[in-house]
Amino acid sequence: MPPVLELRGITKAFPGVLANDHINLTLEEGEIHALLGENGAGKTTLMNILYGLYSPDEGEIFVRGRRVEIRGPGDAIALGIGMVHQHFMLVPVLTVTENVMLGVESIKNGIFLDRSSAARRIREISRQYGLHVDPDALVKTLPVGVQQRVEIIKLLYRQADILIMDEPTAVLTPQEVDELFKVIRSLAAQGKSVIFITHKLKEVMAIADRITVLRNGRVVGTTTPSQTTEEQLASMMVGREVLLRVNKRPAMPGETVLEVENLEVQDDRGNPAVRGVSFEVRAGEVLGIAGVQGNGQTELVQALTGLRPLLAGRVRILGEEVSGAPPRRILEKGIAHVPEDRQQDGLVLSFPVADNLVLNTYYLPPFARAGTLQQEVIFTTAEQRTREFDVRTPSILTPVANLSGGNQQKVIVAREFSRPIRLLIASQPTRGLDVGSIEYIHQRIIAKRDEGCGILLVSPELDEVMSLSDRIAVMYEGRIMDILPADQATREEIGLLMAGVKR
Amino acid sequence: MATSSTWERIAARGGISPGRARTYGFIFLGAGLLIYLLFARVAAAGQASTFVMNFGTAGQQVPIPDLVLPTGPTLYALALICAFLGGWQLARGFRQVNLVLGIIAGLFVWAFLTWASQGRAFNLTGMLNSALLRAVPIALAGLSGVICERCAVINIGIEGMMLTGAFTATLMGSLALNIWGWPSWASMSFGLVSALISGALMGLLLAVLAIRFKVNQIIAGTAINILAVGITSFLSARILAHFQQLNSTGTLQPVPIPLLSRIPIIGPVIFEQNLLVYLLYILLVVTHVVLFHTRWGLRTRAVGEHPRAADTLGVNVFKVRYVNVTIGGMVAALGGAFLILGSVGRFDELMTAGKGFIGLAAMIFGKWMPFGAFGAALIFGFADALQTKLAILQVPIPSQFLLMAPYLVTIIVLAGVVGEAVPPAADGKPYEKQ
Repeated sequence: MPPVLELRGITKAFPGVLANDHINLTLEEGEIHALLGENGAGKTTLMNILYGLYSPDEGEIFVRGRRVEIRGPGDAIALGIGMVHQHFMLVPVLTVTENVMLGVESIKNGIFLDRSSAARRIREISRQYGLHVDPDALVKTLPVGVQQRVEIIKLLYRQADILIMDEPTAVLTPQEVDELFKVIRSLAAQGKSVIFITHKLKEVMAIADRITVLRNGRVVGTTTPSQTTEEQLASMMVGREVLLRVNKRPAMPGETVLEVENLEVQDDRGNPAVRGVSFEVRAGEVLGIAGVQGNGQTELVQALTGLRPLLAGRVRILGEEVSGAPPRRILEKGIAHVPEDRQQDGLVLSFPVADNLVLNTYYLPPFARAGTLQQEVIFTTAEQRTREFDVRTPSILTPVANLSGGNQQKVIVAREFSRPIRLLIASQPTRGLDVGSIEYIHQRIIAKRDEGCGILLVSPELDEVMSLSDRIAVMYEGRIMDILPADQATREEIGLLMAGVKR
Repeated sequence: MATSSTWERIAARGGISPGRARTYGFIFLGAGLLIYLLFARVAAAGQASTFVMNFGTAGQQVPIPDLVLPTGPTLYALALICAFLGGWQLARGFRQVNLVLGIIAGLFVWAFLTWASQGRAFNLTGMLNSALLRAVPIALAGLSGVICERCAVINIGIEGMMLTGAFTATLMGSLALNIWGWPSWASMSFGLVSALISGALMGLLLAVLAIRFKVNQIIAGTAINILAVGITSFLSARILAHFQQLNSTGTLQPVPIPLLSRIPIIGPVIFEQNLLVYLLYILLVVTHVVLFHTRWGLRTRAVGEHPRAADTLGVNVFKVRYVNVTIGGMVAALGGAFLILGSVGRFDELMTAGKGFIGLAAMIFGKWMPFGAFGAALIFGFADALQTKLAILQVPIPSQFLLMAPYLVTIIVLAGVVGEAVPPAADGKPYEKQ
């Protein structure tokens, strides 16, 4: 019997990048096939080709032994290929039923939408695969874990039997991940074939039947969880030996640098985002804030750095009240901020590297004198900092937009770390970076801690929080569920807190 | 947790923050004070205000006795009610504060009319009729906006599309009537269909600019407005001014609907109108049903909110947008044709006078819903009608201020009352395939 799906020699080039280079891949019926690779390895490009969103430059696709052309999502759906996208493709203001039926609407009396028969089928699918969801609920009211179920139901409703899941665990709590894995196994047991895209080694080992590793657009190898280890997979992904753990000494906490008391903050729509949060960060320790994305971490960090007004509560830095102070005053108190969205909030993309390196000090001597910028000083400083922080750039005059994500992040770190600082607020400091850059940034953060700087680390990556932090605070729906010493906390305990369960 | 009480307090006041709730209270009190200062204090003693409840011309319906109110006491009563509502809002707070705000606005208008008509008779039914007629083109413009923006194309060009429709209806209708000698109904239909075609072409032009060439939609719409003003003014000066027989279409006569038109007061206002007004009613119902109960409507809304999601499910985003914007252009042109065939029967340069833009305000006020836009259009139409009636009553307010009324209402409504209106999420954003 031919494989359900076979890709032969798929090649796709974008300007300046060979995203996919002669990729071969087979998928058997009922198989869970993990596609492992770092950001930029070409996983998503390959799947978008399979789903008809891109067209390949070269190569052939076979579905159940038959050669096919996929010109758009419509063709892919007709072939039984369905995709759960990394960013959900759901319309928030529509109901579950409306989202599921969109594009394949059931009709009654000639023209009217038949919502009730669609809802009936959704309930059947829910029962069959254990995907519980209320068909009449508005999607925007559902938690992300449930929204993901809606995405899966969308595929099953279209009778897809090849399911592509692009980084499906990125937005889930550990418990929701377990739940998802159960669903995926039940799908495979009922004859569906699953391609599972991820860069997380633990998940691959837990769920996959077979693993294909991509690096720089090429297939590095195919293996199975029983034949390999996490370390082997990591070095296949990166192309060299990688340290998966951070080495650090025990913390030596000193005076309190940041004190937050009953902080309340609204999100952009005026809804409560942070609901009465209190904690403190001391010099020489890392306080990690764990939690699924969207539980108020973004608003908390923005409030602490003066980018968002406080609704209630107080913030004190080194004993001085800074509630509602403008960002510059907060920066000048010795606060460094590595923002969550580096391209939006951390850099001016069209400015050269040199200017980005002085964005928070350009108005001070020696960079400015009598209201004019001292270009000479700025350039020599930039030369020195790019060397010191190993920023790979063709020149300090290159627009920062042209740098890779890892190097952009190094520009921010170089800028924030080369001032005398007392507190570092780092929000998702390694988001979207390759394993090598992650290693580097983690070492820098720990070095800052050992110099006596207080660190507030916010990250939805539980592994990152657990390996860097000395204490771990877990945020859920705008509240801090608990603060635990890192050496006593277990994954399970933190996972439950992330889901709002307190034992 | 003690700190969550802020949110609980806000929830108890209908989702409005304490500061805002207080502001509402002062607005209500202020309305009462204004009624007292402006109207009640200056009303002459012993006067009465008469509201005529019958249509001037028609004599068929059941006659309703005129409403005669003693001016002074009525005004004092209205001022007291406003003050009481304001006090209640400050002390306890209403849950549905926007509803109360609407009631206050109604009371204020009532007080104003009572004062304006002291010692005279004011034809309320005639006023409502005029309000509806003035609301029709605004409602059609608003409906055009709803159809376009629900699939995320902003149509600033409605004004120009109306103007084009009005001109085309005039020229083609007059041509058929006065040159070719067609019967009146045939030439008006011809004018109407021509107007719809012109609107479709204008809509298609916007669609091509906005969808195919991804021009900024505000600029594309503005360009269409300028284009329409230029072409219609030029042709009007070159053709209509010299050949008066090309600028006279005649107007549609009211057609009373049996039974319904005999309902007291509102019957003749709503159901004794010309065919284009009935066409508006039908379009409102059809648009609502299509938008919320058919495949096309579901796809339109999905495209307006999250086009990529629709695309990944095989929905043709571009097709949905082209069709909707073209239809939107036709509805706008219908609004223009109404100004001619349903109203004055001749074209004047710039005769739309901002109705397309007021229609966009009605769309926003009506929260992108067909009947919401219609309701908002009625308010704007009412303000417009009020202004002309008051001029006739010789109220001691300069006529320039009265002329401002509809526009002032637009500004106040958009700035204050609507609060945060949420447009379709992708509104105004061109869609790019990956």
